[in-house]
Amino acid sequence: MAEITMTVNGRTVSSSVQGRTLLVDFLRDDLKLTGTHVGCDTSQCGACVVHVDGLAIKACTMFAIEADGASVTTIEGMAGPDNRLSELQQAFQDHHGLQCGFCTPGMIMSAAALLRDNPRPSEAEIRDYLEGNICRCTGYHNIIKAILAASGQDVSQIVAA
Amino acid sequence: MYEFELERPKNLADALALLSDEDAQALGGGQTLIPTLKARLAMPDTLVSLTDIAALNGISTGADGALCIGATTTHADVAGSDLVFPALADLAGGIGDPAVRNRGTIGGSLANNDPAACYPAAVLATDATIVTSGRTIACDDFFDGLFATALDEEELITEIRFPVPERASYQKFAQPASRFALVGVFVADFGDRVRVAVTGAGEDGVFRWSQAEAALGQSFSPGAIAALDPPDTDLIGDIHASAQYRAHLIKVMTRRAVAAAL
Repeated sequence: MAEITMTVNGRTVSSSVQGRTLLVDFLRDDLKLTGTHVGCDTSQCGACVVHVDGLAIKACTMFAIEADGASVTTIEGMAGPDNRLSELQQAFQDHHGLQCGFCTPGMIMSAAALLRDNPRPSEAEIRDYLEGNICRCTGYHNIIKAILAASGQDVSQIVAA
Repeated sequence: MYEFELERPKNLADALALLSDEDAQALGGGQTLIPTLKARLAMPDTLVSLTDIAALNGISTGADGALCIGATTTHADVAGSDLVFPALADLAGGIGDPAVRNRGTIGGSLANNDPAACYPAAVLATDATIVTSGRTIACDDFFDGLFATALDEEELITEIRFPVPERASYQKFAQPASRFALVGVFVADFGDRVRVAVTGAGEDGVFRWSQAEAALGQSFSPGAIAALDPPDTDLIGDIHASAQYRAHLIKVMTRRAVAAAL
């Protein structure tokens, strides 16, 4: 066991974890932040994407100990202090960017990372960036549309799925 | 996963001391090793994370003009660095997906030597040198078959030194599910010589295509390889592609790489 301390969604947390504890298990089981999902558990589906020191990473493929001292943001940290949805989250709702919703936390976290680096991405750039996020309902068109809308771009010409 | 201790040494000496235990294993970005541990295909007593060792991370230009990349430098950092020549930055930016690129490291990729990994092609085509905790290894001596390298048990890659080609390109035909290379070809023209390395296709992992190197050395043009037979190397045939299809793709991707480098 090792003692770790990190900042999660602005709150400092300390805990004792095993070497093999994955970051996603620490977030879900220890901190009860169950918004971060485990889909494939093999770093392919992207449902577990969170930000560690500002970088999008797959929390199922990083150990909790490796995030010792880091600043972590999960889907629970994306809404405002008054629980108002962020612009990106609201765009997912407005444009029906989710069906069953399982992949949505990872989609939001990846999209937020993209928009920080590239505030007005093209449709092709969005699709390329979401390569590691799988939506099993295959609702990709509206996810793309939501991200375009959240970046202030005209989506009237995008064909809805 | 089996239970293990995870250590995060701050310097190379401490890492090597921990790795002197025969049941200890080095951990880079973990994008291959962690899935391997989950599948219980590895059972170390101790994992020694290398990502806290500042001296192993970073990109610089050496006194001889070579591009020096520390072993724990992530694919995303290589892809985004102005110091990295475009063909190598493009290769790094095409590995996996953005989240994988934020964790995966160049040293981890090379030490693993997956037969479908991208970096081995760049290292072999540019005649790069692998610097380790104890010596330097020429790339032609480093790769030693599937998932095997010249590294000793307790030896760590510390840096990779790439001679910078005058022009180069890497073209990957990605396996659509995994995004690993079904066939990837890196072509590098140094003016006085051309090197061509193929990944994804060889039964013994990455290899050089010497006939193409000779032909492109005479004339660096896509047509220069048109009349060549495919490389005389045993090629992988599996559910994704037959050996014949991979042989075909090697020529196609070499041609595309030359065209892109021009």
